Amino acid sequence: MPVKIVVQDIKKTFRSDKGPLPVLERVSFSVGDGELVAVVGPSGCGKTTLLNVIAGFDQPDQGLVTIDGAEKLPPSSQGILISQHGSVFPWLTVQQNLMFGLNGRAHSDRETLADHYAAMVGLKGFETSYPHELSGGMLKRAELARALVVKPEILYMDEPFSALDALLNLRMRNELLRILSEERHTVVLVTHDVEEAIHLADRILVLSSRPATLQAVFDVPFPHPRKLSSAAVQELKVAILRELGVDSDSA
Amino acid sequence: MERLKKLLPSLTVLALLIGAWWLVVVETQSVIFPTPWQVVIGTGELMQNGVLWEHIGASLFRVGSGFLLAVAFAVPLGLWMGWVRGAFTTLNPIFQMLRPISPIAWIPIAILWFGVGNASPIFLIFISSVFPMVVQTTSGVHTIERRYLRAAANFGVSRATVFRRVVIPAALPQIIVGMRIGLGVAWLVVVAAEMIALRSGLGYLIIDSRNAGNRYDLVIAAMIIIGLIGLLLDGLMRLLEGLKAVQWRYAR
Repeated sequence: MPVKIVVQDIKKTFRSDKGPLPVLERVSFSVGDGELVAVVGPSGCGKTTLLNVIAGFDQPDQGLVTIDGAEKLPPSSQGILISQHGSVFPWLTVQQNLMFGLNGRAHSDRETLADHYAAMVGLKGFETSYPHELSGGMLKRAELARALVVKPEILYMDEPFSALDALLNLRMRNELLRILSEERHTVVLVTHDVEEAIHLADRILVLSSRPATLQAVFDVPFPHPRKLSSAAVQELKVAILRELGVDSDSA
Repeated sequence: MERLKKLLPSLTVLALLIGAWWLVVVETQSVIFPTPWQVVIGTGELMQNGVLWEHIGASLFRVGSGFLLAVAFAVPLGLWMGWVRGAFTTLNPIFQMLRPISPIAWIPIAILWFGVGNASPIFLIFISSVFPMVVQTTSGVHTIERRYLRAAANFGVSRATVFRRVVIPAALPQIIVGMRIGLGVAWLVVVAAEMIALRSGLGYLIIDSRNAGNRYDLVIAAMIIIGLIGLLLDGLMRLLEGLKAVQWRYAR
């Protein structure tokens, strides 16, 4: 598998009134082309900052992010960020949202493409709806479709489903896996949910608490569809939780 | 039927107020202050000889011109001040200083610059409605949530597209709020402006009725008409809030 993203020695310190706050301390790893890597860690450890740095929204104080061997440029549609709170434009319809990033094409082409992806995420029939007329799960689908429609090479997902209830969360994971089996993207997923990470990822990186360093790496060798109740999955979950300082045997 | 039920308490209070007014005028045997019925008769008189429509038309024309000029000036300026940091830091202190000056204070200057024709009240209305609209539009841009601007940047669209497709629509609900405030203030000010040196409009009607033989029935008739038209204008602006593309902001 060729390497897609290389993160080299990233250091990041925030400056606050109470003095400097080191967030990332020499984090290095790489992500293969088409690989789904999950980043887990205690809350507030700097997972989101790490993702923002990789996606180009934040500059590291030190270190380098390269994509396809080239230094990371400002954010572009090469890699789309999907965040926890969502950013579907509420003043545009679903279809207009999906067409937002498609510039430089004929209007009818953009419409066809937008409708194709709306159908892919199960929003057929809601193209002319406004976001405030949709449910939380449908909003997530719209957000995902808007990202996919520009055919990004990378998806950066920051706790994408954590605002959804447990059932919807599970359904969206399966949906994401189905879409990724149709169109292979490289995915960096930040989550605090270890089970979600095991469900989705090829590899799981565990960060330490702040300032975050790369504490452990786990391969997830199970083929899809994964049975989350299997003994092997549970074993992996226990091992990851132990890295995070949670002894789940006593829990 | 539901609506009628909701309106019932206000209508009852209104009826009680009119009743009290009537009672007091009859009891005190006032010769100047009219009874509600005299006001109705006076209004009918005004409608019949056609002067009422002329006065209403004159006032609405002034409010319309001044307000539209203010919209055309304030909305682009507010968007610019919201979007360009330097424009905000340069102009905001000046606006904050001009804003608390009552439009009435501008009357002498308006007469000096524009004389006693239509231009003076139009200028005063412009002055009175332009500031709230600039302020609301600017804050509309400033309060755009970062996640939307970031998403737009993520898709690599041009700055012009971000402005057109994100900044303007995101600020639109606030712009409409500003327009509602602006039009309300404009209607307040036109009446005051017309009380001075003008020969038409509802403000003039009030002053003229008093001067021409203490016709307080016409004074009160004009006041009630001013109130009703103000209500109507606000209702018109409220229609804008019903637009699909801005409901996201009000729906909560």
